[in-house]
Amino acid sequence: MPEKRIVLRNCGIIDSKRIATYLDRDGFKALQKAREEMTPEVVIEEVKASGLRGRGGAGFPCGLKWELARKAQGDEKYIICNADEGEVGTFKDRYILERDPFTLIEAMAIAGYAIGSNRGYIYLRAEYHHLLAPLTNAISQVKEKSFLEHFDIDIRLGAGAYICGEESALMDSIEGKRGEVRYRPPFPPQSGLWQKPTIINNVETLMNIPQIILNGAQWFNQLGTERSKGTKVFSISGDVKKPGVYELLLGSHLRELVEGLALAEKVKMVQIGGATGSIIPYGMIDTPLTFETILGAGAVTVFNESRDILDVVYQTMEFLAEESCGKCTPCREGIEVMLEILGRFSNGGGTEKDIIILQELSSVMMLSSLCGLGQAAPNPVMDSLQYFRSAYDSRMRKD
Amino acid sequence: MNKSKETTPIQGKGREDLVVLLAKAQSKFGYLSGEFLIEIAKSLDLSVSDVYGVATFYSLLSTKPLGRNVIRICKSLPCFLKNSQTIIESVEREIGIKPGETTPDGKFSFQLTNCIGACDEAPAMMINNDVYTDLTPNKISQTLRSYK
Repeated sequence: MPEKRIVLRNCGIIDSKRIATYLDRDGFKALQKAREEMTPEVVIEEVKASGLRGRGGAGFPCGLKWELARKAQGDEKYIICNADEGEVGTFKDRYILERDPFTLIEAMAIAGYAIGSNRGYIYLRAEYHHLLAPLTNAISQVKEKSFLEHFDIDIRLGAGAYICGEESALMDSIEGKRGEVRYRPPFPPQSGLWQKPTIINNVETLMNIPQIILNGAQWFNQLGTERSKGTKVFSISGDVKKPGVYELLLGSHLRELVEGLALAEKVKMVQIGGATGSIIPYGMIDTPLTFETILGAGAVTVFNESRDILDVVYQTMEFLAEESCGKCTPCREGIEVMLEILGRFSNGGGTEKDIIILQELSSVMMLSSLCGLGQAAPNPVMDSLQYFRSAYDSRMRKD
Repeated sequence: MNKSKETTPIQGKGREDLVVLLAKAQSKFGYLSGEFLIEIAKSLDLSVSDVYGVATFYSLLSTKPLGRNVIRICKSLPCFLKNSQTIIESVEREIGIKPGETTPDGKFSFQLTNCIGACDEAPAMMINNDVYTDLTPNKISQTLRSYK
C-alpha cells in the first residue's frame, strides 16, 4: 500500500525557507476562504464534520474542542500548537516542522479565526532548538505577506521535560512553573492558559486543517475508517532497514508499514505509541492501525528476534520513572515499585506474588492517575504479561 | 567573580517569564547558582523554594556548574537498538569521563538524556543546542575536537 501524503503534501516539494514556494501550492487560500467565505461557526462545523481527531496520541475530536472554546466566555483566548514531541520513537512533528512550517502557521491562523483568538503559541521542545530560527523566519515571512494581521504567533521553548507534552503541564510550563499536571475539570477550552479559553492541538492535527477547509469535510470523511478518518503520519525506527516518516490511511495494517515500507525482517515484537503505548508480538502484525485498535501518536519501534522483552519493558519503565512529574502518588511510587519488581525478574528472582502486585498496581495507576503518563504507564508491563508470560515464568525464583 | 551581579535584565518581568529567564541564565552562566536563584526570586516576588522547584524540574537546567559544552547522548530504546552504548563508550574514552561528570578543564560535561526525536538517524546526541546523528566512534572524535 503506497503512502497517501496529505499532511506531508508539501514536504520535500516546497522550499521551507521561501514562502513563495508555499503560495504556489495554494498557500493561504484556506485562510482566505475561511475569513472571506465562512463564518467561524461554519469553519468549526466543517472541522467537526470531517471527523478529524487529535494526532498527538489522545485522539480527541478536533472540531468539538474548537467548538467548546468558541462557546466559552473569555476576553482573551489562546491557540497552542503542541510541538513538544517527547514520546519515545516519535519524530514526525520534527520532520514536518523542518519541511513545511507554513501549513502549520496557516492552520493556527484558521484556528484563531474559528475560536475568536488573536494569539497563538508554538510550544517547541528545547531539543528542537535548531528549528527556532527557521520557524521564527517562517512566521516573519507570513507576517510580511500580511496573512497574520489578525493573529500573532510566539514561540515558547521547553527546557527538557517529557511531561510538558501533556497539555496541562505544557500550559503550566508556559506560565513559568514546574510542568505539573492539572486537575480537570475545568478543561482547557473553558479555562486553560492563564485561566483563559485555550485549545491545544498537536502539529500534525493542525497540518490537516487547510486541506479540510479547501477540499471540504466530505473529502476527508471518505478516507480512513468509520471512527478514524484521514491519514496518520507514522515514525518508524529500531530494527528496520528503512527508518523514517511514512503517511498512511488510517486502517492500514501494521505489516504494510513494518515490512512493506520499513523492510523489517525477523520481527519479534513492535512497540506502538512509544513508552505509554502497546507492545504486541509479531503474531499480531496484521492489526489495523486506528484509534479504536492501536495507534498513539504513531511511534512504531521494531524489535527483532535478538531482543529481550524484559529489557524493553525495563528501559521503558525507567524512562517513565524519570519523566513522571511526581504529583500523583500511584504514578510516582507505582512506577518505582514496578521497576524494582522487574529488576528482580531480570536477576531470576521473581515470584508469583510479584505478578499479582504488578496487576494490582496497574489497576490503581490506571484508575487514579491525573494524566496519560500514569494511566498508561502500566501498558508495557501488562502487555508483556499478556503476550510474553514465559519471559516472567522462566525467571521465577527457584526455591 | 560574582556572576549574578552581571544581570540578565529582570525588571518588569512577571512569573510567566521564569522558565525563559532561567534558560537564558543557564545558557549564559552555564548553571543557576544559589545567589542567582535568590536574586530572581526577589525580583519576581516569588519564594526561593518556588524558584528552586522550577530550576530543578527541567533536565536542561542545572543548579550545579557544568562544562562549557554539554554532551547529551540519547539512551532511549530506538537509539539503544542502534548501539548508543558504543557511542557512550567512545565519548568516555575520548574525553576520559563517565556520564554525570565534567572534565577537569571544564570543557565538557557528559550526560545521558531521553529521546531527542532523532530516532530515524540513530544513534544521536546533542552538544549544547547542536544535534548530531548517525553517530559512529570515528564521528565522535571529529565532532568533539571541533568544540572549544
